Amino acid sequence: MGLLDYFRSTRRGSASVAKERLQILVAHDRIARDSPSYLPMMQKELLAVICKYVQVDQDAISVNLEQDGNQEILELNIVLPEHSSPQQAVGS
Amino acid sequence: MTRIIVVTSGKGGVGKTTTSAAVAMGLAQRGHRTVVIDFDVGLRNIDLIMGCERRVVYDFINVINGEANINQAMIRDKRCNDLYILPTSQTKDKEALTRKGVGKVLDELSESFDYIVCDSPAGIEHGAKMAMYFADDAIVVTNPEVSSVRDSDRMLGILASKSRRAENNQEPIKEYLLLTRYCPQRVKQGEMLHVDDVQEILSLHLLGVIPESRSVLSASNAGKPVILDEKSDAGDAYADVVERYLGQELPHRFLEVQRKGLLGRLFGG
Ligand SMILES: Nc1ncnc2c1ncn2[C@@H]1O[C@H](COP(=O)(O)OP(=O)(O)OP(=O)(O)O)[C@@H](O)[C@H]1O
Ligand SMILES: [Mg+2]
Repeated sequence: MGLLDYFRSTRRGSASVAKERLQILVAHDRIARDSPSYLPMMQKELLAVICKYVQVDQDAISVNLEQDGNQEILELNIVLPEHSSPQQAVGS
Repeated sequence: MTRIIVVTSGKGGVGKTTTSAAVAMGLAQRGHRTVVIDFDVGLRNIDLIMGCERRVVYDFINVINGEANINQAMIRDKRCNDLYILPTSQTKDKEALTRKGVGKVLDELSESFDYIVCDSPAGIEHGAKMAMYFADDAIVVTNPEVSSVRDSDRMLGILASKSRRAENNQEPIKEYLLLTRYCPQRVKQGEMLHVDDVQEILSLHLLGVIPESRSVLSASNAGKPVILDEKSDAGDAYADVVERYLGQELPHRFLEVQRKGLLGRLFGG
């Protein structure tokens, strides 16, 4: 091994950066791919229900399905507006 | 029972056609009746790599359209009696490959062949979907590079869901990883992903590693599958791939930097 090779091999190569990026990318792709097809529809309907009571934006709600061991966790996040006063419930 | 093998990739230009030609020739050399079909409609490559482009009269599309029968369209390889080539046409109409038409041709070929190797175009275009749909086995050709690995993972999702086997609730397509254009020197220097890293990310059965090799271009120049080149490291690696596919357990070669002789050390890069 030449001197140049020695210095090269001690430098942290770009391959390890590639590996880290790939692990994140592929994990994201797989979550999107494996999530059930009813998710977008369910998100829309949930939003409609919530809007009956609180005025929230389309992007204030996020639905996430995560795999944790052999458990699936459905996570629902709703960001309420700062001064959310309860709206009058429609139709009651 | 006939096995239909699709050679696929997400990213283009990674070595599918090179692999299809080598694997088909390798299977046929070992006495298995094999046909290699070009699904890359519009580009037409496999006849060039196999060196039979001047013998093409009818093609896959003609057979699907009923303009020729399968025996008129297939070309028998001059080097190996058990190998046939079914070329495709340069038509722009990719929709010519209908699922019904393709299925009928594959059924007919299944009556007389042991292996049907399908050289697919890259990605998830129509031709690629047709090649994947009927497969029993898939060789996912990947280069040690970020976009190629990511796109391979996407193909795995499609192989798992959009196939005849998936639709009929049969055992899923068997997926194999083939890493090509591998440079041990660059891996050692930390510039290229290591085969173990790629395998860890994709978690697929590793069918083989084909080194980056000049002999691949010379083989394609000559119209001779690289597996026929006895002096080529890539050719040897493809021979191992065929043996492994057929069930032999062989250690992976060409993963380390090859020691050069004195002349190589003095003049080599
Ligand atoms: N192991 C290798 N070493 C060096 N060059 C290679 C190797 N494998 C493939 N190549 C070269 O890479 C190029 C693309 O190869 P090939 O045509 O087999 O890829 P492909 O995946 O079929 O491409 P496409 O997606 O366009 O169909 C060719 O020029 C070929 O010679
Ligand atoms: Mg090709």
